[in-house]
Amino acid sequence: MSEQAAGSVQPRRSAIGRIFRGISALRESPVGMVGAAIVVFWVLVALSASFLLQLGLIFPPNATLAPLMGPGSEYIVSAGRNVMNMPVEQVCSPITSGTDAGNFDCGTFWLGTDHIGRDILSRIIFGSQTVLTYAPLATLCAYAVGIPMGLAAGYKRGWVDDVLSFWANVILSFPVLVLYILIISLVGSSEINILIAIVFASSPGIMRIVRGLTLDLRNREYVFAAETRGEPTLRVLFVEILPNARGPLIVDSMLRLGYVIITIGVLGFLGLGLPPPDPDWGGMINETRQLMMTFPHMAVFPCIAISSLVLGFNLLADGLREVSLKD
Amino acid sequence: MAKPTEAYDGPILECEGLCISYFTRAGEIPAVIDFNLTLPQGESVGLVGESGCGKSTVAMAIMQYLGSNGGIVGGTIRYKGQDLSKLGPEELRRLRGNEIAMVYQEPMASLNPSIPVGRQLIEVPLHHEQGVDEKEAYRRAVQMLTDVKLPDPERVMQSFPHQISGGQQQRVVIAMALLSKPSLLLLDEPTTALDVTVEAGIVELIGEIAGCFNTSMIYISHNLGLILETCDRINVMYSGQVVEEGRVGEVFDRMRHPYTQGLFGCIPLPGADKTAHPLVPIRGQLPLPHERPPGCLFGPRCDFFQGGRCDGRPVHMTPLDDDPDHRVRCLRWSEIDWEAHKPKGVSAEPLAPGEEVLNVSNMRKYYEITDNSILAMIQGKRVRYVKANEQISFSARESEIVAIVGESGCGKSTFAKVMMGLETATEGAVVFQGTDVAKKSVQRRSAKEIGAMQMVFQNPFDTLNPSHTVGSQLARVIRKFGVETDPEKVRNRVMELLDLVKLPRDFAQRRPRQLSGGQKQRIGIARAFAGNPSMVVADEPVSALDVSVAAAVTGLLMDIQRSYRTTLLFISHDLSLVRYLADRVVVMYLGHIVEQGTTDEVFAPPYHPYTEALLSAVPIADTSIEKKRIILEGPLPSVIDPPKGCPFNTRCPRKLGTICETEAPPVIEAERGHKIACHIPLSELQAVEPVIVQVEKNSKPAAE
Amino acid sequence: MLIFIMRRAATMVLTMIVVSLLLFLALEINKDAVAIKVLGPYSTDEQRAIWLENNGYNDPLPVRYGRWLGNFVVGDFGESTRFKTEVSEILWPRLANTGILAAATFAVVIPLSLLLGVLAGMREGSRLDRSISVASIVTTSIPEFASAPLLAAIFVFYLGWLPGTSGMSDGFSVVQLILPVMVLVLYDFGYVARMTRASMADVMTTDYIRTAILKGLPYRTVITRHALRNALIAPFTVIMLQVNWLLSGVIVVEYFFAYKGFGALLLEASLNNDIYMIEACAMVAVFVAVATQTLADIGYTYLNPRIRFS
Repeated sequence: MSEQAAGSVQPRRSAIGRIFRGISALRESPVGMVGAAIVVFWVLVALSASFLLQLGLIFPPNATLAPLMGPGSEYIVSAGRNVMNMPVEQVCSPITSGTDAGNFDCGTFWLGTDHIGRDILSRIIFGSQTVLTYAPLATLCAYAVGIPMGLAAGYKRGWVDDVLSFWANVILSFPVLVLYILIISLVGSSEINILIAIVFASSPGIMRIVRGLTLDLRNREYVFAAETRGEPTLRVLFVEILPNARGPLIVDSMLRLGYVIITIGVLGFLGLGLPPPDPDWGGMINETRQLMMTFPHMAVFPCIAISSLVLGFNLLADGLREVSLKD
Repeated sequence: MAKPTEAYDGPILECEGLCISYFTRAGEIPAVIDFNLTLPQGESVGLVGESGCGKSTVAMAIMQYLGSNGGIVGGTIRYKGQDLSKLGPEELRRLRGNEIAMVYQEPMASLNPSIPVGRQLIEVPLHHEQGVDEKEAYRRAVQMLTDVKLPDPERVMQSFPHQISGGQQQRVVIAMALLSKPSLLLLDEPTTALDVTVEAGIVELIGEIAGCFNTSMIYISHNLGLILETCDRINVMYSGQVVEEGRVGEVFDRMRHPYTQGLFGCIPLPGADKTAHPLVPIRGQLPLPHERPPGCLFGPRCDFFQGGRCDGRPVHMTPLDDDPDHRVRCLRWSEIDWEAHKPKGVSAEPLAPGEEVLNVSNMRKYYEITDNSILAMIQGKRVRYVKANEQISFSARESEIVAIVGESGCGKSTFAKVMMGLETATEGAVVFQGTDVAKKSVQRRSAKEIGAMQMVFQNPFDTLNPSHTVGSQLARVIRKFGVETDPEKVRNRVMELLDLVKLPRDFAQRRPRQLSGGQKQRIGIARAFAGNPSMVVADEPVSALDVSVAAAVTGLLMDIQRSYRTTLLFISHDLSLVRYLADRVVVMYLGHIVEQGTTDEVFAPPYHPYTEALLSAVPIADTSIEKKRIILEGPLPSVIDPPKGCPFNTRCPRKLGTICETEAPPVIEAERGHKIACHIPLSELQAVEPVIVQVEKNSKPAAE
Repeated sequence: MLIFIMRRAATMVLTMIVVSLLLFLALEINKDAVAIKVLGPYSTDEQRAIWLENNGYNDPLPVRYGRWLGNFVVGDFGESTRFKTEVSEILWPRLANTGILAAATFAVVIPLSLLLGVLAGMREGSRLDRSISVASIVTTSIPEFASAPLLAAIFVFYLGWLPGTSGMSDGFSVVQLILPVMVLVLYDFGYVARMTRASMADVMTTDYIRTAILKGLPYRTVITRHALRNALIAPFTVIMLQVNWLLSGVIVVEYFFAYKGFGALLLEASLNNDIYMIEACAMVAVFVAVATQTLADIGYTYLNPRIRFS
């Protein structure tokens, strides 16, 4: 960019301007754009879930509606029965011809129903709400814990570093799933416990990354300059060092978000996840895997959902890294 | 050796109208435009220019190694009459390293870290000559290492690159290049990464190569002095073009292109003096490759620019009337009266120094390192000391420029850290404005004390925090030192500081990455002067900048220093620059002060032997200078295990004997204030000839 | 070098001690809870008190920890409440089964990912590079618990080529091993391949590779002699650390395919509050992870002459 153009950007607008530039820079990376598109798609799905339900476009996620049905099955209800606590005549359209004439068509199970007759599409849509609430929240909390630890270890060195690094070593020497199983089996499985477990298990990794970046950045001359003018340590850490570590940290956070989604999924899969009946992708796979041999669709669609979301974040991370390297 | 074109006696290399471009997302960016060169056998030509002028690109093009995004878009390169672009991969492979060899800027990076040096050398004959077995290749490699004057070549053969010093690594790289007896040797800034005394040894070696091996050389450098010492011809490049070429002596004495002239005006020559003959920076900055002006590329920065003429069509090289060998790319070269052209530099009356501001006495700084090896535990020497500073004593007065000179590892940066309070001294006193700050870390100094002593840093690329705007970084300093607190006044002060360093006021809103290196360094200076300091420590403030920019920044720094009557501690390895600007000089070696005195005293006999060697090692871009050659043997000793007695005894060419190895040298006071730490009697030191002598030549008046 | 190994070994022991302390405190600090877990929720207070007394739980905590650790070191892990037998009787055969699974996985992952990584990194930005990179991102994005049902759906349900469970009730069967290994390979190889690619691409842009090329060495020699040597140092560490991830992966895979391995055992023990089994499994898992990490460190140092000779 030319210096004139850059110079004319007002400081107040430049923060927003930089985010905007960051997004537009992503256009350089097709891989990153695909990732961003997937993520945006799921975010939109999660945001619109309740809305879709109100409009009657999808079935309620926890309602047992019909026996086991394959993808694309019509939900046919005979006259006189209730659908969602309402007489079928009021909510469904009557079928006038064919073998089902006289019955009512209440919609389509696009992805079929699960082992107890719940609509899989609806459960996947509502499941995205769950995962996109807890995963970013947990990641954010893990960063809130890991960043100060890493800054302290990398900047102070000495015993602070020794203690924190050893602690990180101990935590990271657990195979990560073993750690989760231990924690959850100790404290029980609930939203807040899963959150705590994730923060506990992933903050040491964040600490290590931040520590490495800090070790490098603390030797920059602008950090010396801040030190030679007697800036307080907190300011040196959070104003002089941390903002310059943001590039790698943003990339890392996208990758980590993917891992956290996998973690929430795997806990659900192992039966240690969020308590039923609210939909959770991992739990959906677990509940229906016994029926794999007869109704593979029940597990396959949640598998695709979670894989695509993780893929979205991973591609986004890769694109961001590619773009940041070009800079 | 049977090379197919042995009988060839035409020029080794011919470049004709060579144009090289890089292809980026932004489109085609020309890096080299219309490059012509004819290199006869056994001759050496220097390519000189500032960074980004395309000199390395030329070398890579000759090697046919431009990477995936670079390409030759016009012209030809002929090696021994053969068009290089027509060679197939296998022919090219046989040419590379065999006929054309190269020496690189970073010796450490150029050698494979996980293969022993010997193995890397042996590969060359093994892959380029039929019928050479391992044994023969090994023998030749050892012989070549001896030829490049490496001590103990057998040991070097077994070593990994990191186990030998930088100078030795570069000798290995040179040996590797010479092993196949190439007809053409490309040297791309071969000494830039080395210390000046090590550089001198390499330069001497390079000078001997041409004679011993009958090799033609292309020597790429930004340093005019080095070109003078090593080359027969010179090509001065600017923004992708050669602007002037000719025999070295001819170009140095009768430069005809305003850019060449400007370049010489930017480097401090022995005749230059900050008051009488100030440096003349070239205004403006190098145009970006995609923003080159029409016509003469140097036009916008040229004092002789004529609108409508210089910004018209591209300018071609024209030979000088009286010397067809000397060619210049300028429309107006014959019209300019160089004798009458006396550009105004940054000059002023000498300042009378005032009160003493700083007094350092017997300051020591030891770093403790814990050695966890079993051997150390058995010997009970677990804690060892790095003696970074030893017995530092000197003083500085108001408005004085005191230079601290030394090579890497001499302890000058540690000293700066102690001054600034980032480290505390182990012993001794550092009295600054009446208070001893030797053991007062920065946290314990008052805002006023901190503001009174500030620092200008070395590396323009990380002297400013890339995350914050220039204005906010300056404002922070102003508030921090309590100069102003009112937001409006702080803003005004920021503007004043930008004015002070001659930058436009709208730079306050810019981020560091939108600034060039020189501009960043100016902001760094503004930041140091924000708290009206009485002393500024400048740690190699211009060493990372191109010469024309460095001259401007140096001028600015001195200008501000004068107007504020600030004491300036100027830390540098560049003796020419020090000689130009300093009032007094302190020479350091391995943490010790070996000599100090006024600039004139230090730069004339009696010298400390180290000062003498240092002076002789500095390349000088002036044909009227003759200097003694003193090449220091051996590598710089480690500060963990420094030599006993005199620290310089391991490399000293004037070593007396065992006394130098056992006893610390006495400090002799040659004149009041001129102190030399040496065992050699003063009378003997006084009898030494000066290192640099200006000889009378071409009716130029001798300055010294 | 020897000193370095000793120091790493000491760190490893220290880590294990801290891990054991953490485990002990987490699981056994409340002795009444231990009694409930061992004797079941329907045991009487009296039974519990007797059990605690008999098993030395009324001693002070440090004494208990010391005894516990001592038993652990000699391989006495206590009795499993779920299997009603010595923990070690169940644990070791299960670990061996997992060892087979892991070995088979590594036997595929290492050559495959190194080859693909080197090929991709050799010519950064080429079509091959981009395909390999994208493929490895895609496969690492499919977690084991998703790829297992997907692969089962394809190979068991639609194609009917492979068995859907790997219980191996009729003795060892290679066919039953294929799907679990496939799932593990799919998830793990991408990461190693990407790391190898990055390392190789880094090396290819270094000055010393330029030197080697401009020295006139044949391209093959440049790659095999100069590039691979340096490029494979980083993947070595990555592969060793992959053991840690694999230990997580086997839990999922064994659970899904009903493979009688260590991971399934750990999960079963956790779900059934089989306290001594949990302790033993966790300690073994951490030991394996820490040991490979230590080996990785030592190996890295050995492979890297810049560290080895200084």
